[in-house]
Amino acid sequence: MTTDPLDPSDTPRLQMQGISKSFGGVAALRDVDFTLRAGEIHGLVGENGAGKSTMMKIIAGVHTDYEGKMLIDGKEVHFRSARDALAAGIGMVHQELSIMPDLTVGENVFLGKQPVTGAGIIDWRSMMSGAHEQLKSLGIDVDPKTRMGDLPIGLQQLIELARVIFSGARIIILDEPTSALSPPEVQLLFDVLKGVRASGRSIVFISHFLDDILSISDTVTVFRNGKLIVTHSVEGIDKGWLIERMIGAGHEDLEESYTGTITLASKPGQPVVLAAEHLGYGRAYTDVTFDVKAGEILGIYGFMGCGQIELARTLFGKIKADTGTLAIDGRKRRLRNTTQARAAGIAFVPENRRSMLFYEQPVYKNVSISILGRISRLWLKPNVERAIASKHVESLSIRPPRAEVALGALSGGNQQKVALAKWLTHRPKVLVLSEPTRGMDVGAKDDVVKIVRALRDEGLAVIVVSAEPETVLSLADRVLVMKKGRIVREFTNETISKDRLLEAA
Amino acid sequence: MTFQQTSTARASKSSLFLRSQMRNIAPFATLILLLIFFSIASPSFATIDNASNILTQISVTGIMAVGLTFVILCGEIDLSVASIANATGIVVAYFTLQESYVNIANIPVAGWLAVALALAACTGLGLVNAFGTTVIGIPSFIMTLAMMQIGAGISALLVRGQIAYNVPDIVSTLGASNVGGFPTIALVLLAFLLVGHVTLTYTRFGRYIYMVGGNREAAEYSGVNVKLILGAALVICAVCSGIAGMVGVAHFGSAQQNEFDGYLLDAIAAVVVGGTSLFGGRGGIGNTIVGLCVLGVLNNGLDHIQIDSFLKILIRGLILLAALIVNVYVQNIRSVERAEGA
Repeated sequence: MTTDPLDPSDTPRLQMQGISKSFGGVAALRDVDFTLRAGEIHGLVGENGAGKSTMMKIIAGVHTDYEGKMLIDGKEVHFRSARDALAAGIGMVHQELSIMPDLTVGENVFLGKQPVTGAGIIDWRSMMSGAHEQLKSLGIDVDPKTRMGDLPIGLQQLIELARVIFSGARIIILDEPTSALSPPEVQLLFDVLKGVRASGRSIVFISHFLDDILSISDTVTVFRNGKLIVTHSVEGIDKGWLIERMIGAGHEDLEESYTGTITLASKPGQPVVLAAEHLGYGRAYTDVTFDVKAGEILGIYGFMGCGQIELARTLFGKIKADTGTLAIDGRKRRLRNTTQARAAGIAFVPENRRSMLFYEQPVYKNVSISILGRISRLWLKPNVERAIASKHVESLSIRPPRAEVALGALSGGNQQKVALAKWLTHRPKVLVLSEPTRGMDVGAKDDVVKIVRALRDEGLAVIVVSAEPETVLSLADRVLVMKKGRIVREFTNETISKDRLLEAA
Repeated sequence: MTFQQTSTARASKSSLFLRSQMRNIAPFATLILLLIFFSIASPSFATIDNASNILTQISVTGIMAVGLTFVILCGEIDLSVASIANATGIVVAYFTLQESYVNIANIPVAGWLAVALALAACTGLGLVNAFGTTVIGIPSFIMTLAMMQIGAGISALLVRGQIAYNVPDIVSTLGASNVGGFPTIALVLLAFLLVGHVTLTYTRFGRYIYMVGGNREAAEYSGVNVKLILGAALVICAVCSGIAGMVGVAHFGSAQQNEFDGYLLDAIAAVVVGGTSLFGGRGGIGNTIVGLCVLGVLNNGLDHIQIDSFLKILIRGLILLAALIVNVYVQNIRSVERAEGA
C-alpha cells in the first residue's frame, strides 16, 4: 500500500495562479485562480466549453503552453508532458476508460509495473494477492483473476481509479465518473472516494450531474466562458444556485440569444410519422417510447452517455434494438441494416462528420452516394450527380461553390452542410440528426438551424439528438429529456429555459 | 505582391498535384526504368516476339489480378485466388474425357456442362468466402487463408496425385490458341481488364466499391449495403480466379496439384505494385495494368540477362518490398494532408 507523507501544514495541495490559455486566438481560460486543498473533494461544474477540461488538461500536463503559475505543495512546477504530471502525483480517470478488457483485474491494477521475480518473470502470485489487498483496502471486493471486460462498467471504473491511486497519485482528477453508472454503483464510488479523501488525497470531480456534485463534494467551483466564476463550500447551496452561476444571470456573456426562454410549440394535428415503443438496447437505454409527427422537430436532450447516441443509431438500423418496436407511417418495421432504414424513409447524420463523409472524394460524389440508386440503375450519370450537387452547393451556400472540390478542402461547417445535402434530393420521411452543430462557429450554426427549420416547414419529421442544451433549444418544437437510458421528462406546449432543461436531466 | 502570391500558390498546387499522383507515377516510372534497363542489358529483350511472350506470361496472373483489384479496393484481401484457380482448373478437367492412360476416376460430361460446373464451383467457393467474411464476420485475411487450404484440398482429392491433360474445346480455344498470331489468352486478359475497368469506373456498383473502400462507416451511414458490396467483390474475385484457372490449365496443357502456387504472390504483387491502396478506396484497373507490366517485364527480363536464377527470387522480393513502402508512404502523405485540412 502506497502511503505518501502527507503535508500536515495548511499549504494547499495545488494552486493555479493567473492561468490563461488560448487556442488560435480564442481564449479558453482567462486569468483563473484555482486552489485545491489536501484531503478535499472539489466539484467542478460548467457548460461544455466553459474551460473545465482545458484547466484539467493543464494540470495533467497535456497542455504545456499556458500563462500563469502552478504550485504543488507550495512549490512551483511546469509540466512538460503528461508523464511529468504523473511523476508529480497527478492522476486522471477519463470518461472513456483506459482499461484492458481482456486482461485480469490484477493485471489491470498493476498495468505497466507488474511485480517480477528474481528471474525477471512476472510474479503472478504476489500480483494477484497484492491486487486483492489493495482493492479490499478501498472496499472493493473483486476476485483479481476475473477478466476485466466481464465486470460491470461501475466496477471497471473503480478499478481504474484504484490503479491511479496505487500509482502514487495525490491529486486525482475524475472526468464525468458517474455518467455511465447506476445509482448503487454511484453509491459505491462515493464510498470509495470518501475513503480516498480520508487518506489525505485530493480529488477533482468534474460532472454534469449537479446532484452528484452536491452530494459528494466539499467545495464546488463554477466555470463559465473560460472564467472561474465562484468557488464555494457546498454547505448551503443547491442546484438552482449552481445553474444560475453556470449560465450567468443576465446572459451577458453568451453569444447565442436562444439560451433564454423559448416557447415550444407542438403540432397536434399532424400525422405521426415515426413511433418507437418500449425500445431497449443493452445497458445503453431502456423502455424508450416516443413518436414524432410530420412537420415537427423533436429534440432529445441528455448528458453525454445517457443513451441518446445509441438511440439515434437504432433509428437508422445501425444498431438493432433488443426489445421494442419501431413503426414508420403506422407500419411496423424491423430495420436490419442502414440500407433498409434508408428504404423506409429514414435519414441519419451522425455526430462525427468523419463517419459520414468521404474526404478524398469530390463534393458531388459525397452528395450523390445516398441517392445513387435513384439516379442510376447500372451506369453512373456523373452529369446528373454534378447538377444535383451544384444545386445544393448553391442553395446551401457551400464554400467554395464548386461540386468538384475534394471534400477535405472544405471547412467544418461546410462539410456539415454537405452531410445534410446528402439527404435533401429525395426527401426522407424522418431525418435523424445527432449533434448537428457540434464544434461549429456561430455563423455555420445559424445556417444549419435555418436549413433544418426549412425542412421541418416542408413537412419533414426531424429528430435532433444532442448533449448541448443550446442545440436542442434552438431547433426543437418539443423536447424529450433522457437520463441514464430512460426518457424522464417531456416538454411540450410550454415555455422552457436552459435551467429547466438542465434540472430535468 | 499579388503576382508573388499567385505564383507560390500555383507552385504549391502543382507540387500537391504531383504528390497526390505519386501513387500512379511511381509504378509507371518503375516500369519505364525496367524497360530501359533490360533493353540495354539484353539484345533479345526489346523485340516484338518477346513483347508477345510477356503478354502471354502475365495473362493468367492478370485475370486473377482483375478480381483481386475489386477486393483490395474494398480494403480487404483474398489469399485464395491461386487455390481457387487450381481447383477450378482441375474441376473442368475432371468433367472432361481424358486419355486412357490418365488414371483419374473422372466423370466426363459435355464440354459446356463441364465449364458450367467449373464456374459453379468457383462461384460457390467465392460465396463461402463472402459468407464467412460478411455474415459470420471472419476477417477476410483469415477466411481466405482457410479457403486457400480448402481449394488445395479439393484439387488434391480430385486428381489424387495424377495429371489430367484434356479440357473442353472452348477452354483450350481461349487458353491455348492464336488468332492471327496473337495469343487468345492475352485477348481474354484484355477483355477482363476492359470489363473490370468499365465496371469500376462507370457503374454504380463500381462507385460503391470505391466508397466502401474509402470510408466504410460513411458508406454504411449513407445507406450503402456494405456487406453486399464486400460479398460481391469476393465472389467476383473467385470467378475471375476460376476462369484464370481454366484458361491456365489449357495454356499449360495439364491440370495438376499445386500448379498455380506462385500465382497468389504475383497477383497480389501486380495489384499493389501498380499502386492500388492496400487500405482501399484508391487505385483501379489502370494501376493493375501497370503493376502487371512491371511484374511481367521483371520476370521476363531477368531470364534474358545472365543472372543467378536463385537471385531472381530475392530481387522479386525486394521490388515488392519497395512497392509496398511506396504504397504505405503515399497513404501516409494523404492522411497527414487530411489531418491538416480538417
